[in-house]
Amino acid sequence: MAQVELSDIRKVYPGNVEAVREVSLTVPNGSFTVLLGPSGCGKSTLLRMIAGLETITSGTCKIGERVVNDIEPAARDIAMVFQNYALYPHMSVYDNMAYGLRNRGTPKPEIEQRVREAAKLLAIEDFLARKPRALSGGQRQRVAMGRAIVREPQVFLFDEPLSNLDAKLRVTMRLEIKRLHNRLNATSIFVTHDQVEAMTLADQVVVMNAGLIEQIGAPGEVYRHPASRFVASFIGSPAMNLMPGKIVEPGVVETPGGKLAFDTARFDASGEVEVGIRPEDIHVAGSGTSGIPFAAELVEELGATRLLHGNFGATPIIVAVPASGTIYENKEVRLSIGPAAIHLFDKTTGKSLAR
Amino acid sequence: MQKRAIFGGKTLPYLLLLPQLFVVAVFFYWPASQAVWQSFLLEDAFGLNSSFIWFENYTELFADAGYYRTMVTTAVFAIMVAGLSLSIALLFAVQADKSIRGAGVYKTLLIWPYAVAPAVAGVLWIFMFQPSLGVVAQGIRTLGIPWNPLLNGNDALILVVLASTWKQISYNFLFFLAGLQSIPRAVIEAAAIDGASRTRRFWTIILPLLSPTVFFLVVVNIVYVFFDTFGIIDAMTQGGPSKATETLVYKVFFDGRLGGNLGSSAAQSVILMIMVVALTAVQFRFIERRVAY
Repeated sequence: MAQVELSDIRKVYPGNVEAVREVSLTVPNGSFTVLLGPSGCGKSTLLRMIAGLETITSGTCKIGERVVNDIEPAARDIAMVFQNYALYPHMSVYDNMAYGLRNRGTPKPEIEQRVREAAKLLAIEDFLARKPRALSGGQRQRVAMGRAIVREPQVFLFDEPLSNLDAKLRVTMRLEIKRLHNRLNATSIFVTHDQVEAMTLADQVVVMNAGLIEQIGAPGEVYRHPASRFVASFIGSPAMNLMPGKIVEPGVVETPGGKLAFDTARFDASGEVEVGIRPEDIHVAGSGTSGIPFAAELVEELGATRLLHGNFGATPIIVAVPASGTIYENKEVRLSIGPAAIHLFDKTTGKSLAR
Repeated sequence: MQKRAIFGGKTLPYLLLLPQLFVVAVFFYWPASQAVWQSFLLEDAFGLNSSFIWFENYTELFADAGYYRTMVTTAVFAIMVAGLSLSIALLFAVQADKSIRGAGVYKTLLIWPYAVAPAVAGVLWIFMFQPSLGVVAQGIRTLGIPWNPLLNGNDALILVVLASTWKQISYNFLFFLAGLQSIPRAVIEAAAIDGASRTRRFWTIILPLLSPTVFFLVVVNIVYVFFDTFGIIDAMTQGGPSKATETLVYKVFFDGRLGGNLGSSAAQSVILMIMVVALTAVQFRFIERRVAY
């Protein structure tokens, strides 16, 4: 196992398209790091540069103690699981898993033993003689992981491996990947655009946007303390409510819905700002006279929670409330929003105004 | 859902099929049945009388050492042309599949020879290899290698093989390139990460995945050599010198048209027809089974 260290990595494609701009990142030994971002943010390109499938325009990529910029993918001691599995269609499951070991001249009995072990771990022992086309999506995904495991590489790379699976299977495979990671104690880098996958799998989430890293942190950290408006809106479902605001007196921000107190120990702000409030941090105070008046135009029933859609002035607002017998539709209620719920961002740069 | 037109009676569908059936009947079934019928006949030199002689044309043919020689020539010719044009085309296709600058121009230029008519191709090659005038022939002579396709049978065969190969490379190239491009990039990348060198990737991943294309092209190329090289041979050597470049199809033409032996010529056509039917049958059987990757 090894740590992966990227410093000032850039990727410029012909035609001056900058896919990755000055990215520096350390993936600690044994960590599960997820690169998260919308499509086109450069996360897959970054992963492919670590794998050696794309050249690095500038900067250095270190795996362990070795700079691997000019080293062939095969010599980097990594294994990769692809989005569409990329199994060898003309080989049996056994041969798919054994291929990498055979290429490296591993003795036959050892190949046999390692393939069997991996197959047992992934519960695909019964399919070893089958061709990939005779397998279901989930089974193919397991074979692809098996192929990575038998090599016992220093680093596992996953390129959106779950996006071709149906929703239910995705949840199961997600758990299996996490379990496998804990068991093998391997360094893993996982690319996804699905924030739930990122939150559940990662020890370290790297949120990327437009070729840059927006924030690196533990899942809870990026959720509770988003470093920018982008991270705030990308992580969390439903997304954080964002609205314009103005600091009117120390510790108080005026929003389209009314004046709200914020935590001056956390935020240092003045003048015009962007205010962010998570739907789940807004509470319905009842129909008294205190709090912000709010009328739900539409209610989405999600079972465990309900989403109330309404407005603060011209800004659309979502409030998440626990399921109960209360009827909210077309009824004015009062909302209470505590100081801890308020996030403040710079109006122009979008950066968090946290101290 | 499948779109389907519903016809009231049975007359209209048959009526609509009629033009197609007519064309097939007139241009295929009728000449084919005529050939079979002719192969049982013995005709005099003026075409005035013919007598029914059962399989005598066939027995005569199989007793003729010349016919076997033509078969061997055809087999050698087929193996050389198919082997050469397939391997050269595959090499070109693998090169063109790489993302290189000017790949578009490269591909276009490679496809051009396919647009040249066989007889024209033959004439071009004659000029280049003509023993006393040809550019290439002079080059070969200066290297000290004796070269005369007009007198030496082997030289003539080599020349016809080269011209036929050159003509067929474009066709094979197109199919190989399409086949290569349909192999998912990720599979090749996975093999690269799995530690397979370029050559090993080619032999263990690319070629097996390309095998349906290879198989299809082998059959198509053999059919090409059997029939479509007629123009090249006719323009370059007329089957000579002393029948060194006479293939089965050229012999059909030679014996029937020039030799006036219609019965034997028809019998030869029938044998060729059976060979092609067999080849096509094999192709359909295998392709249906193996293309399922």
